[in-house]
Amino acid sequence: MTYLSRRRFLKISGASIIATAALSSAGGVVKGAKKLEEKTGKKIKGIQKIPTYCSMCFWKCSAIAYVKNGELWKIVGNPEDPLSNGRLCPRGTGGVGAHYDPDRLKAPLIRKNERGEEKWVQVTWDEAFEYIASKMNKIKKDYGPESIGFFSHGIGGGFFKHLLKAYGTRNIAAPSFDQCLGPRDTAFEITYGDVIGGPERTDIENAKCIVLFGSHIGENMHNTQVQEFAKAVERGASIIVVDPRMSTAATKAKYYLPIKPGTDLALLLTWINILISEDLYDKDYVKKYTFGFEQLKAEVSKYTPEWAYPVTGIEPELIRKTAHEIARFIPSALVHPGRHSVWYGDDTQRGRALAIINALIGSWGRKGGLTNQDVFDIPSYPYPPYPEPKRQRADNPDKKYPFGGAEGYTTGLREATLTGKPYPIKGWFVYGTNLLYSLPNTEETIKAIQNLDLLVVIDVIPSEIAGYADVVLPEAVYLERYDELFAPYFKQPFVSIRQPVVDPPNDQKPGWWMAKQLSEKLGLQKYFPWKNIEEYLDTRLKSAGLSLAEIKKKGVIKGPEIPLNLEEGFEPEFETPTGKIELYSTVLAEKGFDPIPKFTKHKDPPAGYFRLLFGRAPMHSFSRTQTNRLLDNVMNENEVWINADVAKKYGLNSGDYIKLKNQDGVLSNKVKVKSTERIRTDCVYIVHGFGHNSRMLKGAYLKGASDSQLITKYKIDPLMGGTGMNVNFVTFEMEV
Amino acid sequence: MARFGMVIDTVKCVGCTDCVVACETENNVPVGFARDWIEQIAIGKFPDTHVEIRSERCNHCSEAPCVNCCPTGASHHSEFGGVVLVTHNECIGCKACIESCPYGARFVHPEGYIDKCTFCIHRVKEGKDPACVSVCPTHCMHFGDLDDPNSEVSKLLQKRKHHSLLPEAGTSPNIFYLT
Amino acid sequence: MYEITTTRHNHLVDSTLHAWSWQIPTYLFLGGLVAGMMLISGYFLFKGRYKENNCSCYYLPLFSIVLLSLGMLFLFLDLEHKAYFWRLYTTFQITSPMSWGAWILILVYPALILNILMRVPKPLINKIPKLKNLSDEFLKHPFGIKITGIINMILGGMVGMYTGILLSSLGARPLWSSAVLWLLFLVSGLSGAAAFVHLIAKNVYERELLAKADNGFLVIELFVIAMLIIGLLTSSKSHMAAALILLSGPFASSFWVFVLGLGIVIPLIIQLLAVNHKIHHTPVAPIMVILGGLILRFVIVAAGQYSHWF
Ligand SMILES: Nc1nc2c(c(=O)[nH]1)N[C@H]1C(S)=C(S)[C@@H](COP(=O)(O)OP(=O)(O)OC[C@H]3O[C@@H](n4cnc5c(=O)[nH]c(N)nc54)[C@H](O)[C@@H]3O)O[C@H]1N2
Ligand SMILES: Nc1nc2c(c(=O)[nH]1)N[C@H]1C(S)=C(S)[C@@H](COP(=O)(O)OP(=O)(O)OC[C@H]3O[C@@H](n4cnc5c(=O)[nH]c(N)nc54)[C@H](O)[C@@H]3O)O[C@H]1N2
Ligand code: SF4
Ligand code: SF4
Ligand code: SF4
Ligand code: SF4
Ligand code: SF4
Ligand SMILES: [Mo]
Repeated sequence: MTYLSRRRFLKISGASIIATAALSSAGGVVKGAKKLEEKTGKKIKGIQKIPTYCSMCFWKCSAIAYVKNGELWKIVGNPEDPLSNGRLCPRGTGGVGAHYDPDRLKAPLIRKNERGEEKWVQVTWDEAFEYIASKMNKIKKDYGPESIGFFSHGIGGGFFKHLLKAYGTRNIAAPSFDQCLGPRDTAFEITYGDVIGGPERTDIENAKCIVLFGSHIGENMHNTQVQEFAKAVERGASIIVVDPRMSTAATKAKYYLPIKPGTDLALLLTWINILISEDLYDKDYVKKYTFGFEQLKAEVSKYTPEWAYPVTGIEPELIRKTAHEIARFIPSALVHPGRHSVWYGDDTQRGRALAIINALIGSWGRKGGLTNQDVFDIPSYPYPPYPEPKRQRADNPDKKYPFGGAEGYTTGLREATLTGKPYPIKGWFVYGTNLLYSLPNTEETIKAIQNLDLLVVIDVIPSEIAGYADVVLPEAVYLERYDELFAPYFKQPFVSIRQPVVDPPNDQKPGWWMAKQLSEKLGLQKYFPWKNIEEYLDTRLKSAGLSLAEIKKKGVIKGPEIPLNLEEGFEPEFETPTGKIELYSTVLAEKGFDPIPKFTKHKDPPAGYFRLLFGRAPMHSFSRTQTNRLLDNVMNENEVWINADVAKKYGLNSGDYIKLKNQDGVLSNKVKVKSTERIRTDCVYIVHGFGHNSRMLKGAYLKGASDSQLITKYKIDPLMGGTGMNVNFVTFEMEV
Repeated sequence: MARFGMVIDTVKCVGCTDCVVACETENNVPVGFARDWIEQIAIGKFPDTHVEIRSERCNHCSEAPCVNCCPTGASHHSEFGGVVLVTHNECIGCKACIESCPYGARFVHPEGYIDKCTFCIHRVKEGKDPACVSVCPTHCMHFGDLDDPNSEVSKLLQKRKHHSLLPEAGTSPNIFYLT
Repeated sequence: MYEITTTRHNHLVDSTLHAWSWQIPTYLFLGGLVAGMMLISGYFLFKGRYKENNCSCYYLPLFSIVLLSLGMLFLFLDLEHKAYFWRLYTTFQITSPMSWGAWILILVYPALILNILMRVPKPLINKIPKLKNLSDEFLKHPFGIKITGIINMILGGMVGMYTGILLSSLGARPLWSSAVLWLLFLVSGLSGAAAFVHLIAKNVYERELLAKADNGFLVIELFVIAMLIIGLLTSSKSHMAAALILLSGPFASSFWVFVLGLGIVIPLIIQLLAVNHKIHHTPVAPIMVILGGLILRFVIVAAGQYSHWF
C-alpha cells in the first residue's frame, strides 16, 4: 500500500457481519488443532479436518488440512473461501511437503566463522534472544534505534514489525513493492487515486476481452486469477497476450503478440492513439470520469501503427486489429494492469499507459473490468502508541523518489547500509524474504551485510540470506502456528485464520512467540500485553463481533457483499487532485515528470547476447519451494528457453547443459537447454528461484540456474524507486 | 455396467501440476514417482506455435495389454466401472505390464509391486471425484460413466471435439481430451 | 517442429523405458539356447542316434537343465516382488505368454529328465546307482524313446517360440511387434545350440553335421532379420522409427557390428570355409555365434524398450 492510498486506511466497513454457513464438508468434524488435543496426552486416531490459510505464496487462500492418525496427510481448499473457491494451486496442495521438508532449520543458530561460510553453533532460544538483545542495545546506544532495518515479506512478519516499531525504527521494507508491484500500484494511484491491490481488483471472470502484458497467468499461479481466467477461456472470451515468450496464457489466446521486450509502452501508446483517433473509446465514460483527454489526444497522435512496427516488431495490421478487438468489447474489456512490473526502469510510466487505456475503455467500476473492493474491518489491537523516531526514514531520504511507498524501499535501505547515509544502518532483521534472491545485484547486498553489527534472519529453511546471518531463528512453518488474521481488500470482504494443524517437528517456534520473547529481553513487554496469541486474536475478533472459537471452526468468515460495479450501483470516486481519472497527471507535472507517458527506447542486447527474461513456474514460489520434495517431484531444475533457430545456430539441443554468462562476466550454474518455438530470438527465459548455492539446501543445491545471480544490473524508476531487472544480457558458455 | 472414464479439457488446462501433487498426497505416492503427469506438445513455427497441454495418467483401457500380459492376474479390470487395477499381493513384479503399456503409465512401487493410477476408486466409491479431478483449479477435468449417455462426460464428448491417446495402439483408452 | 515436455520421470520408465536390464535378455538367450538344444537332442533321439556312444547330443539335456535353471534364476532375479513368485503357479492366464512360458518351463524339466535317462552320465550313476537300472529299463522301449524325442522337440520348439512371443505380444514396443520375432529367436536358439555342439563335439561326423546345420541356421537367421526389418519399415510411422533405431539410431553400431557382423556373417564365412575344408575348424566361429545370440537378445530387448508409439 502506498502513502497516497488514504482511502484504504480510512475506509471502514460499518455494516454488520454476516457469518457464512458452517463448512459443509468439514462441519462437525472439526476438532481444532492437534496441538490442543495432544495436551490430553492421547494419540489422536482417525481423520481431523483443520481450517487454516495457505502460506505457500502471498495470495493466502483458505485451506483445510487433513490430519490422519496425528500425521499431516493432505491440504485442500476451503469451499467457503472466496479466493480459492475450495481449490488450491499446486503449491498449496504441496504445502504438505513444507512440513516434511528434511532440509528445514531445526534449532536457533549463531554464526561461528566468517559471514556466508554457513558454520554455526546451535544455541537455546534464550541464548539466541540474549545475544540479539545485547547487540540491539549496543546499536541503540551507539547509533540510535533507527539504525536497525527490517526486511519483511509476508503476514508473519507483522509481530516483528510491531516489535521494531516499538523499539523505535521505521526503516521497514518489503521486496513486494520495489521489486514487484510498486510501479503498477503507483501508476494507478497517480491516475485513479487508488491502487489495484493484491488480490487484484481485476474481474477476469466477467471480462469479454482480456489483454495480458506479460502477466503469465497459469504460470503465475495466483489462484483466483487462474480460476477466473479458465472460466473466461471456457466462455470463449477474446484473449490477447503480449509477451516475447509464448506463455501458457498465450497458448490460449486469440491474438498472441510476440513483442520485442521493453517496447510495451510503444504498443500501448499506439493502441491509445487508435482508440482515440478512430473514435473507438468509451466517450460517455471518458467525459464523465476523466481529466486531460485533449492533452492525451494531442500527445499520442504521433504513435501510429506504422511507427510502432519497427519498434515493437508487431505488424501494423495486427496492432490495428487488436485495438479494434479491444474496442469491440467495451465496456467489458480489461487490459490487465499486471503485477510484477519492475522491468525496465520506466515502469510507472508503462503502468500509467495501462491505467490510461483502461480509462478509455471505461473498465474501472465496470463488470468485467476493475471492480470495487472492500475490507472486512477488524480493529487492530489496542496497543500503546509507538515512540516517534527522531530521524527520517533512511531508505528514501528527502523523498528522492517522490511517489510510492509505505512498504519501504529494500534497495534504499541497502544503499543506506552501504553508504552510511543519511545515517548508518547497523542491524538488519530479515523475516521471510531471501534477500539474496529477491534484490537485484547480490554483490551489493553482501557488501551491505559486511557493514552490519547484527544480522538476524527468521526463516524456515537455510536460505541463502540465512547463510549470511549472525543469528538464524527457525520458524515453525505455517501449518504449525497461529498468525495474524487475514482480511484483505477484495470484491468479497472476508476474514480468515491461520492456526496450527500439526506440531513443529523440532525446536521451531512461531514468529509471534519469538517477537514476544524478544520484547521481554528488550524491556518492551508493555507492547505485548497479551498472554498468548489466542488471547490476542480473540481480542481482535471480539472487537469485530466475532470469536476465535467460531473462526477456528470455519476458517473463513465473509462480510456483506458489496456493489462491485456501476451496473450494481457502485459509484467510483477518484481521490486525485482533480477528483477525476487523470489521463494527464497533475501530480507528475508538478514534480517535473512527463504528465503523459512518452516512449523511450531501451538498449538492445549486443551481438551474441540475449536479454534475460524470467518468471514463474506454476509449482514453485520464488526461491522458497525448491526443497519441498513434493514440488521438487514435479520440477526439480529450471531450463533456459532458447529459440529453436538460435539453439540450432549454437549447436544446442534440448537437454544439453550450458552456463549463462551475463554482460558483467557473471557465470551461472549449469542449466538445461530448452530449445523451443515458444520464444523470440532476441531473448532467453528462465524460471526464477532455482540454482541455489546454500549447501544446506540439500534438495535444491546447484539445481538449475539463478536469475538473481545474473541480474547484476538494474534500472531504478525515478518516480518510485522500483528496480527494473529485465535489463541484463546473457550469452552461452558451452563448457560446463 | 459402468465404464468409468475422464474427459479433460486441454483448452482450459494450464499445466499447473496440481493434479499431480494432489495424487501424491491423496494416494501417498512415494517421492520420485508419479501416477499422473503433464505433457505439453508444441507444434509449428514461432510465433504461430500451437500448444496442447494435458494431464495424463493410466487410460484404464478397455482393451488393456497390461491386463492381457499379466501372468498372475494381478492386473485386472475391476467389476467397479472397468477400472484397471493391480492386486498387490498377486503381483510378482515381472514388469511385463510396464513393457506392454504404450503410455508409460506404470511403475514399480518401492515395495516391489506395480503401481499406477487407480482412478481413486476409494474416493469414487464414496461418491467423490478422484483427487486430481477434485483439486484442479481450472475445473478442466471431468470424471464419470462413459456408458451413461446422460453423464457429464458423455455429454461433453457429444458436444466437443476430442481425441484420445494413441488410438492406433488398439487399447481403447477411456480418457478423452477435448480440443 | 514437434516439441514434447513432460513432468514425468519415473524410475525405470523415463526418460526411456529400461524396466528390463540384463536379466531378461540373458534369460531369453538361455531359453533360446535350451530350446535349440532340446530340438537337436530330441531330433537325435528320434533318429535313433542314442545308440552311438560318443554322441555329444547326450550331454545336451544335462547342459539344458543347468542353463534353464540358470535362466529361471535370472528371471527370478529380475522380479521386483520376489516373495510372491509362487503366484505364477496358482493360476493360468490364457492371454499371457509369460504364464504360458511359466507352465511350459515346468513341463520342460520332466522331458529333459527323461532325455537324460537315455544315458545317465557316469558321475551321476556313481552317486545314485539306481539310475542305471532305470536307464536300462527305459532303453528297452524304443517307441518311448522316439516319443521322448518328439516331446523334447515340441517343448523345445515351444520354448524357443515363447522367448520371441513374450516380446512380440507386448504391442507397446513397435520394434517387438513383428510377426517373425518368434522365428528369429527360435532360429537363433537353434544356431546357438548347433554352434555349441560344434564347439564341444569330439565326433568328427557330428561336428561337421552341426557346423553345416549351423550355417543353414545362420543363413535363415539373416533372412529372418531382413524380413523383420522390412516388415517394420513398411508398417506404421512408429514401426519405421523402431527399425531405424537398429539401422541408424543409437543401437546401430551394436546391431551392425556385433549382431550381424561378428555374430552371424563372419562366423558363417569361417564355418563355410571349414566345412568345405578350406581351413581347419576353429572354436572361434561357434563362440562368436553363441555370443552373437546373446548380444542379439540384449540389442532387441534394449532397442525395443527404446522404441515407442507416437
Ligand atoms: N507459481 C507461482 N505463481 C506466482 C508467484 C510464484 O512465485 N510462483 N509469485 C507471485 C507474485 S508475488 C507475482 S508478483 C506474480 C508475478 O507474475 P506476473 O506479474 O505475471 O509476472 P511478469 O513480470 O509479468 O512476468 C513474467 C512474464 O513476462 C514476460 N515478459 C518479460 N519481459 C517482457 C516484456 O518486456 N514485455 C512483455 N509484454 N512481457 C515480458 C515473460 O516472458 C513472462 O511470461 O506471480 C505471482 N504468482
Ligand atoms: N531475480 C528476481 N528477483 C525477484 C523476482 C524475480 O522474479 N526474479 N520476483 C520479485 C517479486 S515479484 C517478489 S514478490 C519478491 C519475493 O521475494 P521474497 O519474498 O524474498 O521471496 P523468496 O525468495 O521466496 O524468499 C522468501 C523466504 O521466506 C522464507 N519463508 C517461507 N515461509 C516462511 C515462513 O513461514 N516464515 C519465515 N520466517 N520465513 C519463511 C523462505 O524460506 C525464503 O527464504 O522477489 C522479487 N525479486
Ligand atoms: S495461490 Fe496457491 S500457494 Fe498461493 S495461497 Fe493460494 S493455494 Fe497457496
Ligand atoms: S490441475 Fe488441472 S489445470 Fe492443473 S495441470 Fe492438472 S489438469 Fe491441468
Ligand atoms: S494405460 Fe497402460 S496401464 Fe493403463 S490400462 Fe492402458 S495399457 Fe494398462
Ligand atoms: S508386474 Fe505384476 S501386475 Fe505386472 S504383469 Fe507382472 S505380475 Fe502382472
Ligand atoms: S485418479 Fe486418483 S490415482 Fe489416478 S491420477 Fe487422479 S489422483 Fe491419481
Ligand atoms: Mo511479487
